[in-house]
Amino acid sequence: MDQVAKVSRSRTELQMARSMCWHCQSEVAGEYFCEQCVKVQPLSKDQDYFTCLGLPRLLTIDTNALENKFYEMSRSFHPDFYQTKTDIERTISLGNSALLNTAYRTLKDPVQRAEYLVRLEAGSVKEIRNHPPADLFEEILSLQDDLEEFRAASSQPSADLTQLQAKLQSDRETLEQRQREMESRLFDLFETWDRVQIQAQPTESIRSKKESVLKEMRELLSNRTYVRNIVNDLVATVG
Amino acid sequence: MTRIVGIDLGTTNSLIAYMDGTTPAVVPGRNGRTMVPSVVAMTDNGLIVGDAAKEHLVRNPERTIYSVKRFMGKGLADVQSEVPYFPYTLHEQGGVIRIRIGDKSYSPPQISAMILKELKQRAEGHLGESITKAVITVPAYFNDSQRQATKDAGMIAGLEVLRIINEPTAASLAYGLQERTQGTIAVYDLGGGTFDISILKLKNGIFEVLATNGDTHLGGDDLDRVIGDVFAKDIRDQYGIDIVLHADDMQSLRLEAERVKIRLSDDFKTTVTLNLPNGKGQYRRDLTRDQLEELTLSLIERSLGPCRLALKDAGLTPADIDEVVLVGGSTRMPLVRRRVEALFGKPPHSNLNPDEVVALGAAIQADILSGGTTDMLLLDVTPLSLGIETMGGVVSSLIRRNTTIPTSAKEMFTTYVDGQTSVDIHILQGERELAGDNRSLARFQLKMPPLPAGVPRIEVTFLIDANGILNVSARDVRTGSTQSVAVKPSYGLSDDEVERMIGESFKFAAEDFKARQLIEARNEAEAIIQATDKALGQGKQLLTTGELTAIKSSLAALDTARLTEDHKAIRSRIQAVEKVTHHFAELLMDTSLKEALQNKKLSEMTEHSQGA
Repeated sequence: MDQVAKVSRSRTELQMARSMCWHCQSEVAGEYFCEQCVKVQPLSKDQDYFTCLGLPRLLTIDTNALENKFYEMSRSFHPDFYQTKTDIERTISLGNSALLNTAYRTLKDPVQRAEYLVRLEAGSVKEIRNHPPADLFEEILSLQDDLEEFRAASSQPSADLTQLQAKLQSDRETLEQRQREMESRLFDLFETWDRVQIQAQPTESIRSKKESVLKEMRELLSNRTYVRNIVNDLVATVG
Repeated sequence: MTRIVGIDLGTTNSLIAYMDGTTPAVVPGRNGRTMVPSVVAMTDNGLIVGDAAKEHLVRNPERTIYSVKRFMGKGLADVQSEVPYFPYTLHEQGGVIRIRIGDKSYSPPQISAMILKELKQRAEGHLGESITKAVITVPAYFNDSQRQATKDAGMIAGLEVLRIINEPTAASLAYGLQERTQGTIAVYDLGGGTFDISILKLKNGIFEVLATNGDTHLGGDDLDRVIGDVFAKDIRDQYGIDIVLHADDMQSLRLEAERVKIRLSDDFKTTVTLNLPNGKGQYRRDLTRDQLEELTLSLIERSLGPCRLALKDAGLTPADIDEVVLVGGSTRMPLVRRRVEALFGKPPHSNLNPDEVVALGAAIQADILSGGTTDMLLLDVTPLSLGIETMGGVVSSLIRRNTTIPTSAKEMFTTYVDGQTSVDIHILQGERELAGDNRSLARFQLKMPPLPAGVPRIEVTFLIDANGILNVSARDVRTGSTQSVAVKPSYGLSDDEVERMIGESFKFAAEDFKARQLIEARNEAEAIIQATDKALGQGKQLLTTGELTAIKSSLAALDTARLTEDHKAIRSRIQAVEKVTHHFAELLMDTSLKEALQNKKLSEMTEHSQGA
């Protein structure tokens, strides 16, 4: 009983702190600056990157608009503009800028954006497989054996590498094609996600649709990482 | 508002600039030259910096330090291959290189501080106000230790370093302000000791760095070295002399190689002349531009790899680059221009002076920080990935290279053993998988509450600030209390050491002041002896015998005092001479006044006759 009361009180305190200006204690009505004393306000650490950049949780993003928003917010928060301000304001500026930069970097890149969204929504995804499907796994294992063989052979001056090299290069092309297909499927799912996400009244069928999209995206992203890593390995070894 | 200056602390030359209204301007020296050679000479009469010190390179090679920037933030092992080329003795203490001059040792930040002080004094003289705050530029590819060492140098010089800014980005600010450059640009910066490539997007006053890369060991110094090696080999083959063993002649050779390289940017052929050691004659040969290009091609090719990597990291192809800007003296070489043009598929340009543009940009950044300029904003990146060493010596990456700064990453730490009270953390910078292949930045010990294994939860925040310098803080998640973290840099001066060096710098300043007083007193003594001798030659007949004897004996006393180290004694002897010659001066004055009047009349007459 006591415990519960304590938790709820600390939650109210937190909300109070968030809606109050750290400087003049007036209620903050402005977005980033106090409307009373014009001091910069800290961005909430619990804010997700979409909210931070004023975006709905959708995967199709107008990158030009995103960039403009990022530049505009950078002008509000960058430490360069707080050099002559108080220590507190400088600390807030540093923290806000760091959060903003991370948010922008994550959302700018479509793959990182999808990874982030899946992570954000993870609570609603059940039974996610965290290892690659068997066929991909076997393929990667056999490729790694070939790579090992190639590395061992290339350290011997007399070895004839042409055949092995040709095989690895063709494997690389196949895998790169595969990566492109995965990405293209991923971008199709962006549209599906956005379509269900904008529904005002989420029905049971929409909720399950969302879950299946998230699950497929997560699998695609994880498989893509495996494929990309082995491609990088191939490029580094064979060229 | 106190003025903030911009400083380009270069490997071979340094400059200081300020905002003159809305235009950045470089502070010129008394000779009109804006560049101060980054050379420090420790002479018997004290410290000399700049042009005067450069003369000591040949006269006094073991006590004259150049290219100290190459040693900033480095350990001895990092520069092992270059050590034979330097005439002074290097050793290491606490992970920091020290340069031994006589019985004293100096860290690279201390030497850099001497250059900074010279620049500071130059600006103070020019602007007529005291300078305490500065923005200092560093190569974009400088790691954390090198940036910190630069900051330390500023502190030792008595400057508050408000910002460390990357050289190519500084250059882009100058281009943005003065040339109204827009679009995607590549800044190719080949300086005296370092190479940087930065790719930026310039849009509506925002300067966003998309990617940067480089080589902190590639510059004009290296070009001079391959040229000089050819001369040294010639001399060995033709005369059987190993010039490497003669420190002073090696410096002449190095300087001649630099001059030859510079001449061949305009000429197609030039003659190399060098005096051989111990008066054994002269070495002469011709060198053509083709030969120079053959010698330097592989070094210049080395700069193209980082360019390709930067393009790749920015997700761009050469066709996406609207403009290529050249920065740094070495980009005057036609070969550099040709190779850069071939890579980017468009002719590069250097509309702004490639020697001054970085300092000008630093002055603009200084103006932004002081609130003067508000329409421009630089969004720079960290050049190298940052990570920590995990079990098995593998690096776990926390912040990727080319991430916009400021940026932060959080990592949770716990214990593996019951009651464990601390966890050791090793921070690294670099792109390799294994800890041993990366640059060790720092280590620290995280305090843990004595609890069962896995229960403590300490969240560590790694924050790279707008200077590209790492700050570490820790928080106990269970209690919410913050923990101070004492980070020990792997290749840097400790805070205590910097403090001590600031103190020493004041002591040096006092010694310098004493040395300067002595030099000034001696110069004055010399001048007064000469002037009196000359006057005696002209007007001895005006004096009584007694007066003449008194003057002569006071002159002799001054002549003796002049050779001592005591500037006060010299001063008092100067006063004595002035006293006994006072009457003589008056007599002379009368005579010369009469003469002058006569001359004036004469000149007036000529003027009239000319006017008529």
